[in-house]
Amino acid sequence: MMNQDLFRFAAPQAFFPLAGKLIPWFSVLAGVLALAGLYVAFFVAPTDHQQGEAYRIIFIHVPAAWMSMFLYVVLAGWAGVGLALNTRLSGMMASAIAPTGAMFTFVALWSGALWGRPTWGAYWVWDARLTSELVLLFLYLGFIALKSAIPDPVRADRAGAILALVGVVNVPIIYFSVQWWNTLHQGASVSLTRAPSMASAMLIGMLLMALAAWMYSFATAFSRVRAIILERERDAEWVRMTKDQMRAAA
Amino acid sequence: MTWGSMNEFLAMGGYGFYVWGSYGVTLLCICLEILSLKSKKETA
Repeated sequence: MMNQDLFRFAAPQAFFPLAGKLIPWFSVLAGVLALAGLYVAFFVAPTDHQQGEAYRIIFIHVPAAWMSMFLYVVLAGWAGVGLALNTRLSGMMASAIAPTGAMFTFVALWSGALWGRPTWGAYWVWDARLTSELVLLFLYLGFIALKSAIPDPVRADRAGAILALVGVVNVPIIYFSVQWWNTLHQGASVSLTRAPSMASAMLIGMLLMALAAWMYSFATAFSRVRAIILERERDAEWVRMTKDQMRAAA
Repeated sequence: MTWGSMNEFLAMGGYGFYVWGSYGVTLLCICLEILSLKSKKETA
């Protein structure tokens, strides 16, 4: 029975109002978590004895980098489900995630450049970690460009899905690059298998910011998927009725 | 508390440009994304 309830929301018509109800909650949570995270980042976390205050970029950089990889895996997952099961919502979800993923990838690269300059002496180096993250940005942008270049949504979903699935190989390359190659970029400070190598206030601040980024991603992806549903299903009766209701409410 | 004054906070121990450059551009990206979603919602 539970499975049937879950599958019910795989229909755009059922998912549309659910997403609409969830967006305000995710938005509020994102705001509250970000404020708490920023408070810890600037007023609780101590100065780093090696890097001084420059290390405070970590609270932006690491959550953004995590989200950039995580969102790509989710995007590719939806794309794969769409290819395998031909479900309409899957391709729309993949499209809805891509701009947010690209945004976080850009933020990770940008904050990394501004962190690299004072610590390494260079904004950019062609190191394996940095290069594979740049490839991730191009994968996101390529996915968006490819889908918007194909007018037929079904064909666009398929072509996009293949690109997304081929590109997913880049995610473990980014993640393990610091172990596989001799990179300038440091190794992971936080991993599931050993105790984190940083002060607990730094860790808490980073986790709060990561959770905020997570909630933000839910809010933006859901709000984008609603716009995509209205656009793609515009000939459906329920969409016409929903649009009338939204206009009356506005 | 790490900061003695507002100026000290803004200076970030001499790394103000790098720290605020990261946070500022991130905020800008978030604002741009929210604005683009708002306009997408209105045209949909």
